[in-house]
Amino acid sequence: MFPREFEYVAPSSLDEALGTLASNPGAKVMSGGMSLIPMMKLRLFSPELVVDIARIGGLDGIEDRGDHIAIGALVRHETTAASPLVQQHAAALASAAAWTGDRQVRARGTTCGALAHADIAADQPAAALALGATMVAASSGGTRDIAAADFFVDTLTSALEPNEILTEVRIPKSSGSAYDKLGRRGGHTDYAVAGAAAAVTMSDGTVSSAGVALTGVGTKPTIAAGSVEAIVGTDGSAEAIAGAVARATEGVTVLEDLYGSAEYKAHLAGVYVGRALEQAIAATG
Amino acid sequence: MSTTSALGGVVRRREDPALIQGKGLFVDDVNLHGMLHVAFVRSPFAHAKITSVDTAAAQAMRGVRAVYTADDVRHLGLLPAQAAAVGRPLLADGEVNHMGEAVAMIVAETRAQAQDAVDAVEADYDRLPVVIDLKEALANTNLVHEGVESNTLITWTAPFGMEEDGLNELRAKIDGYKAQDDVVVVSLEMVNQRLIPVAIEPRSVVAEWHAGYQQMTVHSSSQSIGAVASSVAIMLGIPYNQVRGIAPEVGGGFGAKLALYADELLIPWAARELDTPVKYTETRREAASNTIQGRGWLGTATITGTRDGQVLSYEIDAICDLGAYCQDLTVAIPFLGVFVGSGQYAFDTRMQLDCVVTNKQTTDAYRGAGRPEAIYYIERIMDAYSREIGMDPAEVKMKNFIPSESFPGATSPVGFAMDTGDYAMNLQAMLDSPEYGAMKLARDELRSDGKLVGLGMSTYVEACGFGPSALVDLGFSWSGYGQPSAFNGSGLVRVNPDGTANVIIGTGPSGQGHQTTWAQIVSNELGIEMDKIRVTHGDTKDAPVTIGTFGSRSAAVDGSATFEASRKVREKAARIAADLLEASEADIQFADGGAHVAGSPDKRVEWAAIAEVAYQPHRMPGGEEGGLEAHAIFSPGNATWPFGSVACLVTVDPDTGDVSIEDWVSMDDCGNVINPMIVDGQIHGGIAQGVGQALFEEAIYDDEGNLLTAGLIDYPMVTAVDVPSFNLSRTTTPTDVNPMGVKGIGEAGTIGAAQTLVNAVVDALAPLGVKHVDMPMRPRRVWQAIQDAKASA
Ligand SMILES: Cc1cc2nc3c(=O)[nH]c(=O)nc-3n(C[C@H](O)[C@H](O)[C@H](O)COP(=O)(O)OP(=O)(O)OC[C@H]3O[C@@H](n4cnc5c(N)ncnc54)[C@H](O)[C@@H]3O)c2cc1C
Repeated sequence: MFPREFEYVAPSSLDEALGTLASNPGAKVMSGGMSLIPMMKLRLFSPELVVDIARIGGLDGIEDRGDHIAIGALVRHETTAASPLVQQHAAALASAAAWTGDRQVRARGTTCGALAHADIAADQPAAALALGATMVAASSGGTRDIAAADFFVDTLTSALEPNEILTEVRIPKSSGSAYDKLGRRGGHTDYAVAGAAAAVTMSDGTVSSAGVALTGVGTKPTIAAGSVEAIVGTDGSAEAIAGAVARATEGVTVLEDLYGSAEYKAHLAGVYVGRALEQAIAATG
Repeated sequence: MSTTSALGGVVRRREDPALIQGKGLFVDDVNLHGMLHVAFVRSPFAHAKITSVDTAAAQAMRGVRAVYTADDVRHLGLLPAQAAAVGRPLLADGEVNHMGEAVAMIVAETRAQAQDAVDAVEADYDRLPVVIDLKEALANTNLVHEGVESNTLITWTAPFGMEEDGLNELRAKIDGYKAQDDVVVVSLEMVNQRLIPVAIEPRSVVAEWHAGYQQMTVHSSSQSIGAVASSVAIMLGIPYNQVRGIAPEVGGGFGAKLALYADELLIPWAARELDTPVKYTETRREAASNTIQGRGWLGTATITGTRDGQVLSYEIDAICDLGAYCQDLTVAIPFLGVFVGSGQYAFDTRMQLDCVVTNKQTTDAYRGAGRPEAIYYIERIMDAYSREIGMDPAEVKMKNFIPSESFPGATSPVGFAMDTGDYAMNLQAMLDSPEYGAMKLARDELRSDGKLVGLGMSTYVEACGFGPSALVDLGFSWSGYGQPSAFNGSGLVRVNPDGTANVIIGTGPSGQGHQTTWAQIVSNELGIEMDKIRVTHGDTKDAPVTIGTFGSRSAAVDGSATFEASRKVREKAARIAADLLEASEADIQFADGGAHVAGSPDKRVEWAAIAEVAYQPHRMPGGEEGGLEAHAIFSPGNATWPFGSVACLVTVDPDTGDVSIEDWVSMDDCGNVINPMIVDGQIHGGIAQGVGQALFEEAIYDDEGNLLTAGLIDYPMVTAVDVPSFNLSRTTTPTDVNPMGVKGIGEAGTIGAAQTLVNAVVDALAPLGVKHVDMPMRPRRVWQAIQDAKASA
């Protein structure tokens, strides 16, 4: 469990970091290192150069930007989880961050890192998808916005280019969102066997818009389009939720792993879509 | 043998300040000048012929000092083991038999260089059919070892020592019970799955050869450093006193650091070959596939009994997974299951344990070692039987326990002499405890709220504190390591000229608190303050010969030896004090750092003053020998047999199968207690490991023999967040096997735990028709059990 030889730099400005990435195609960004370092130690992944962004100033804030909140690249899981802004306007993300890993991991790992890492069983990507987040990707050529729905491409693959840094994630404010999962050690402990996030907007007793997303069940965190379609336009009642539950894995490839058969995971997807929707709808009231 | 009263005081662990500040010294902290580092090339296959190993490219790499294969080390022989049947070559010789088996050894200037060179070794393999499934192993569909005609290396049967004829008679007798028309026969096939013993500190070895003195120093994270040192001596062809074995702090062992490992010989050998210090520290992945694993039974347990709870017989037929090679006690571990047999009960018992080799890592001692498996089967099937006849499991137990009048000196139904016990008293104490009462109320309340809730119970007895000394006569002995010691303990107590004391013990801690407990034993005997007593362990240079820390034996056996050594010192000191105080020896008492005359506390003399005389023999009374130290070997006449009663309350989420432990009660009896806090700590950790087995942990091999759970990311190990706060209480039934009346407590928590949890989950799901859920009861399995029960209802 020793990485192959690599170079390490820790630039102090974003421009410097982006410049380094631009001129070193074999470079890899590191923020908290909670996923990158284990992969390097297992030699599953051997970058030539690690660009540690932890010393770049100005990336560690959570800001209220009116209709959305912005979480900077260096905001740790524990900070996201404890932030009153996040708890109030993006409760699903606060829970997802609070249930990510253990105390040590939450103290070092970053919300943006968890998104960029795009693990199939990670918590925060599901919340970002349900909440309709936007990723801000910077490179030496400028910045671009990537919608969460386009961001999670495949297993451990995001839409980021190797020369890009995810500088912040913007989350539209939602008064009704929730995340729930079954952890690998039961309850909320450890990666998700399966989990779901939901965000709903109610107007005049009707679900006017919704986001529902799954994690742990397939090759990537993914939107549960069937559930979204089923819940929007309803009154958010128990029956309406049951309709969304029934369509939880519509169009989603559900895969077996050490923690469950495909049948079980599909079932859990429904259970957690139901629980997340129920809580999200209740929160709007 | 008379027993003293309990020592009994909560004394804070003296070892903790160093350990919790990260200032303890572990093997990997040993860094010697010029030290080289080792990495192993390991087999990616579970079973294959090695057709070639090309090390040329690796040899040529920067920093690489040597690359060794079987050709270089074959002359050293197989890894010595106790009770071995198929031994392990130090490096795979022509064939690999489990994934991760070491094929070549790289020695380089840095660890990273050694690891890089691993990738440069080209090994070619011709794959062979693998033996993974236990029933297939038993059927000899494929053989693990060419030339060993059956995968079954040994079959342990019970009653112990009964010949085939007797066993057939017993079978016929049990068949007779089954034929009676007023009986029920309850039978379940159950898995007691393979586990990976996860110590915080992976194993580590550092060796240094002193060519000028022809001396070897070997540091190893071992539970039995004496065995390491003596095997190194034999391998290197030098006397025992030319090898110094050091086990500094050992960061958890749980049995897995008892076995002797090939690297513990290869590293010293390479250090001498290269005349340079060499270090090897396992990676976490190696700790999973290269350190021994535990458990691995597939068995059918059967109870035949009357409808009113009288059990007539218990039978277990199990296949026990030895893995690829027999390492230390590999074949003996299932035997320890025979040792506890059918636990605390008095009925006819027949056991057959077929021990098979497979293409998986070797199994050996893991906390409880054979006893959690055996107790699991009997306690699960007792529960299933109680359920079948609709009786309270506690009532059924009470009817079938070995009666308290049989103690001391009861013989278990499988033929072993037990020490002391009062099982009904202990179970009644748990049933009467307010915590248990509250648990029952909570269950009823939650159940009436419509929750899936269950209360599970188990009792246990274990044989531990090994002893008896004569266990060696059954073939378990360290003589293969050049250490012809029996199952004895050893302790040396020395009072220094300044009145402080040194206690040197042959056994050492891997978390159990020897530093504190031993100081308590000696302080209690000599009246020397705790902070003036220094306890030393883990260095064969000073230590009296013993066999190590395992099987909950340290306090009962080595502790007793230390106790007896203290007694000898005290007797001598009393003679000196009597002379100094002009009193009668019988009136001398020890307390508060000195001796005084009974009834006259101011007629006293300090330990330093006694020592002063002892170290000036010409001043000694009547021909007394100089010095103030004593060594004692304690040779136990039996194991000790702790016991207890455990219950827990669980809720099950019917939608997900997720099990939550709501409450836990444990009423343990380990005889007299030296330090209640340390005993509680042992029970806490023990229960946690049992919970881990019951809920999540499993070494999973696929059909090809790949270990799928080689890292902690896929081996969900139990942590503090997964267990509730335990309600612990005790009854006290001192043993008559040793002078302190103490029984072992290191493994009891584990032995009582797993089936308690399974019984609770089955209690919760029984209304749905579920009869059994195999471990680990991960949510998907519990959910599946619910679905299957619904489908068949
Ligand atoms: C013991 C343990 C338990 C865990 N349990 C959980 C769990 O329960 N749930 C869960 O969801 N996760 C869990 N994780 C994973 C972990 O929380 C996240 O994957 C991790 O924190 C990611 O953030 P990081 O800042 O550490 O990223 P790093 O490890 O630094 O990077 C991860 C990847 O993202 C890329 N990256 C990181 N930041 C950026 C950026 N700003 N821009 C571009 N690319 C970037 C890196 O190049 C790398 O490919 C666990 C990890 C550990 C070690």
